[in-house]
Amino acid sequence: MDREIWITGVGMVSSAGVGVAAHLEALKSGAAPRVDNDSFTPYRVHPVVAVPFEQQIPKKADQRQMEAWQKLGVFAAGMALDAAGLKGDAERLGRLEMIVAAGGGERDYAVDGQILTQAPLSEHPAEMLNERLMSDIRPTMFLAQLSNLLAGNISIVHGVTGGSRTFMGEEQAGVDALRIAEARIRAGQADAFLVGGSYNAERPDVLLIYAMADYLWTHGYAPVMEREARGGGFILGSGSAFLVVEAADVARARGATPLARLDAVASDMPARKPGSVAASLDGMWERIAADFNPSRGVVFSGATGAAGVTAEEQAVLARRAGDATVHVTGDLLGHLVEPQFPAGVALAAAALSEGLYDDAVVTGVGHRRGEGSARLSRVG
Amino acid sequence: MTSPHRDRAGRPLVAVTGLGIVTSLGEGKDDNWAALTAGRSGVKRLSRFPVAGLKTTIAATVDFIKAEPFCAPALSQEMAMRAGAEAIGQAGIGAPGDFPGPLFIAVPPVEMEWPHRRALAEAGANGEDVTYATLLAGARTGKFRAWYELFLFGTVAENIARRFGTKGSPISLSTACSSGATSIQLGVEAIRRGETQAALCMGTDGSVHPESLIRFSLLSALSTQNDPPEGASKPFSKNRDGFVMGEGAAAVVLEDYDHALARGAKVLGFVLGCGEKGDSFHRTRSSPDGAPAIAAIEGAIRDAGLSPDDIDYVNAHGTSTPENDKMEALGLASVLGERMKSVPISSNKSMVGHTLTAAGAVEAVASLMTIATGRIPPTINYNVPDPAIELDVVPNVARDANVRYVLSNSFGFGGQNTCLVFSGEPG
Repeated sequence: MDREIWITGVGMVSSAGVGVAAHLEALKSGAAPRVDNDSFTPYRVHPVVAVPFEQQIPKKADQRQMEAWQKLGVFAAGMALDAAGLKGDAERLGRLEMIVAAGGGERDYAVDGQILTQAPLSEHPAEMLNERLMSDIRPTMFLAQLSNLLAGNISIVHGVTGGSRTFMGEEQAGVDALRIAEARIRAGQADAFLVGGSYNAERPDVLLIYAMADYLWTHGYAPVMEREARGGGFILGSGSAFLVVEAADVARARGATPLARLDAVASDMPARKPGSVAASLDGMWERIAADFNPSRGVVFSGATGAAGVTAEEQAVLARRAGDATVHVTGDLLGHLVEPQFPAGVALAAAALSEGLYDDAVVTGVGHRRGEGSARLSRVG
Repeated sequence: MTSPHRDRAGRPLVAVTGLGIVTSLGEGKDDNWAALTAGRSGVKRLSRFPVAGLKTTIAATVDFIKAEPFCAPALSQEMAMRAGAEAIGQAGIGAPGDFPGPLFIAVPPVEMEWPHRRALAEAGANGEDVTYATLLAGARTGKFRAWYELFLFGTVAENIARRFGTKGSPISLSTACSSGATSIQLGVEAIRRGETQAALCMGTDGSVHPESLIRFSLLSALSTQNDPPEGASKPFSKNRDGFVMGEGAAAVVLEDYDHALARGAKVLGFVLGCGEKGDSFHRTRSSPDGAPAIAAIEGAIRDAGLSPDDIDYVNAHGTSTPENDKMEALGLASVLGERMKSVPISSNKSMVGHTLTAAGAVEAVASLMTIATGRIPPTINYNVPDPAIELDVVPNVARDANVRYVLSNSFGFGGQNTCLVFSGEPG
């Protein structure tokens, strides 16, 4: 079996707006992205716009059960289902498979701060920790921390109850989520998937991880590809992207229209050393995009801005993309980590559906590990 | 050249050629199997951290492997390394550091832990109350670079992939308490679609630390019958009162049957079927009618090309929580019918606790060893039967039986239900 695969719906929310159309508009306008320079100084983040959560998460009780990364994801997933014409179709949603790329976490920052303030003063810090955690943590906080509870909330709010799998591992989780969905549909193991991820950057605990290794861009705002000379770095962004990916025969039978064809998804994780990212991306390009048509083509790069690897990607794109338009999704959204690659694919699918291009390549290069590529084309 | 072996649906048969396991009962198949069939418990009083003020003071921790200072990803990784080495060694596949297929690994979601927060707070201290700005200042000192790597979600998988030389992009996954089963399901699917002829599937979880224990405690999920520790995990008993956290890792080498035959490998068994169904009822509770669990059980049996009457033994999810065990019994009764009253079912968790992310993989190893040895490990601590649960739980003592087809259940928070069917023969 070797089935044609369509993307039939996308949902997006980020600092650039709500909905994929708003994102394409922002892309066309070329305006500088929204940056919050003050909340986490010296770090910058791209803060998510005000989101009308009630449109996709009508029950307040559901909203209360979720932290920001989950609400953003459930919202974008709902938009994707709406766009694909699947919202409320209980029978199809009951068979729809889901692969979510997610991290997790969320903390009660005030409680953490109080415990850490008290710890050095306490005679028995371990006992004090037990006592404070037992009395101060909200029991439901755990459900906002578990990685697979974005998928769980999508099941509850939207009724997606086919398979449910959550992949972890930063940027590469988003690449492999789409790769596995594509492979399973292609081989006839499944008909349709909801694939995507979500990220809340407006959290000091996520900044902390990257700050330990000095990955965050702290200079004045600069586009992703212009950070190398000053040591590289990324600006995290809040947002979510979800895609409905379907076998074309199944989509056609239910009267759905495609945004774009998903021709191939590739991923790899060779050990990082100078030149490894360029070789990996170049190899994938050769495998899935050797016949890429630059004159009617577009590239969405998921480059992070991290030093070295971003320069290697830039060199590959300069050699491979020819005259094609190259968009760096980080310049629009910031760095969304897990959903960065799905977001690039969502933007490519939307751009193809508008007829702006015939051919698209999406890249994803993890700041620390993993590379991915997708090839899409215009249907009809 | 003989024609390729196919299952009843015409797909490549998925053989198992290597198994590895680490639990609180010990390292390796021999020690674990001896303990599991002797009905020995690995649950003990916690010694890793002070338990003052906690309602639950026991767990089935793995203390004989040192990850000092303790941190969950470090212990999880070391256990996975050992389980993986055992499984690959038994399979005798590929060359050292050159495993001919992808890695699918269930890992606990990583997070910074309290000793690390304290060190960062100390490094960033400015005499005022500690906030995350203090921690960020500590991070900027540059002293904590190594911790960045430790707390990325993808690190354990990449390290395991490098050690064993698995191919392609390794997948780290979480489906909560069914994660280990999902790793096997992903491997089965990859072999069936002809993408690879071998896969390394693992689950690992070494995350018993104060906050992880307290989180489950606050959800009232843990047993508080701390004394004696080995008596706390009582799946299917009337006096069951929650699960006991456990640690462990397990690895399964999956291989296209023809590939295994061609290289003369010893085939240990088969994964005949996988079933999966999401539940949209509640974040931590399952649908009262059991429909999603039933669909997952039915799906696995159907995918195996079998009928419910073929199942000889059930390796239960059997967590020892009031809800899970009742729902699991209900789900099984509705699929296997009256016959379920006499089909042996046992819970390894009565002895190794709930190894969470690793459980589905740990129980897959136990299921395959049950088939290979013809001996069913018991459900220990079964002294007060629950009249609402009419099951033959193989109480307290192992039993010899000819087991051809095993159903292994895994259910998790977030509506995760994954079931697998194992056999000794190819269908």
